[in-house]
Order: sequence, then structure tokens, then C-alpha cells
Amino acid sequence: MLWHFFVFIILLFIIGFYCILATYNLIRALIGIELLFKAVTLLLVLVGYIRGQTQLMQTFVITLIVIEVVMMVVAIGIILGLRRHNQSLDTRYLKNLKE
Amino acid sequence: MMLVLSALWTVLTRSLLRSAIALAFTSALLAMIIFRLNSPIAGIFELSVCSGLISVVFISAISLTHPLSWEEIFKHMRERRARFILLPFIIIFIGIILSMLNFKINPPQVMAVQENDARYILWNLRQLDLFGQMAILLAGVFGVIILFKERIKK
Repeated sequence: MLWHFFVFIILLFIIGFYCILATYNLIRALIGIELLFKAVTLLLVLVGYIRGQTQLMQTFVITLIVIEVVMMVVAIGIILGLRRHNQSLDTRYLKNLKE
Repeated sequence: MMLVLSALWTVLTRSLLRSAIALAFTSALLAMIIFRLNSPIAGIFELSVCSGLISVVFISAISLTHPLSWEEIFKHMRERRARFILLPFIIIFIGIILSMLNFKINPPQVMAVQENDARYILWNLRQLDLFGQMAILLAGVFGVIILFKERIKK
């Protein structure tokens, strides 16, 4: 039964990575990163459950969620700034550093 | 299973708004799984912060962007279909292979140890980490202030 949870974690990782690799939209890339965070959260909780240390792992998950929220908010701020500058969320139009 | 289907819906749906809603649904499902794995405090955080707050932030950000024209939507749909058509097949293939492997994992009772409450660990054993979390929050706040700061007009 517990192995199925690991299978779901691996599948979540694959979905998140595929989303980041295949998309050109910055917000969708952020959603892919969010899915990766979800996989890590589930992995931490599951490892805590298997090792019998759920309380310790809960504190790690809380820390992870704090980092996740701050990263998301700052990333969305950067994306909105880029959108204001380029009028697009497409990564193919991000050439400002190159030019 | 629902979690993976919901994650697939998040990635495959065309509309960004629907994608953000699907992400909130995925978070809610994940919170239910976390509750089932004896981690209620982490589950509450996941449900309130990831499913609630982050979804609100995403939807606010999406509402600040302009919608595409019909021509752009059709062009975008064709591109997306070509890029994402493989994903469901990859997921089904890898899921079947991993399910067939079926490794045996020890049940939790075997390795269970006497442990402290999560609140005790957080406030007494990991005090320095709390300072780290506060520093991260402050860094995020200052980052947002700097990003949205209006330029001073001369």
C-alpha cells in the first residue's frame, strides 16, 4: 500500500518537470514548480510516517510551506514586472538580458 | 489516483484560471492524504496556505494579465496539443511499470519511536529554524515591496 504513495510521488514529479520543460508560459512554469513542491511535501510526510517520526516531519513541512509561499509571491511579482515590460508572459520574448 | 489525475488536469487544461483552480484542488487532495498519514498540523497548513492563499495569489496574478484574442487562442491550442500530447501516455506507462514493481516497505509500527509533539519540536528544539523562517518571510516582503515600488517622478 505504501509503495503506491511513492508511485504517486514519482508521477507528480514527472508531471511537474514535464510542465516546466514543455511550456513557454511563465505562470504555467510556476504551476509546474508548485507541483514539484507538492511531491516533496508528500515525500516528507510519507517518510515521517514510515519512520514513525511524523511530528518532526510536520515541522519540516511547515518550513517547506513557508519557503514555498514566499518563493511563489516573489516569483509572481517578478512575472508581473516582466509582463509589464514585455506585454507578454511568453518566455520566448524574454530577450532583455541578451540585447 | 485522484491526486495524479488532478495534477494532470492542472497541466493539460488550456485556461490558466482553470489551471489555478485545479492546482487548488490538487492541494486539497494532498491535504486529505496528509491527514490520513497522521500529520494533521501539516495538513491544515497545506489546506489553508497552499490550497487557499497560493490559489488567491495565482488568480490575482492571472486577472492582472490580458486575455488572448481568438486567433491567438487557436494558434496556442495547436502548439499546446503538440507539446503535451505525450504526457498522459508517459504517466500511464511509468505508472503501470512502477505499480508492477511493488516494493515492500516496512509498516510504521516496526520503527515507531517515542517522539515529542510537533509544537514542542517547533518551539523548543528548532528555535533557530523559526528565526530562519522569519528571515525568509521578511526577505519575501522586502522583495515584493521593491518589485512593486513606483518610480519616483522627477
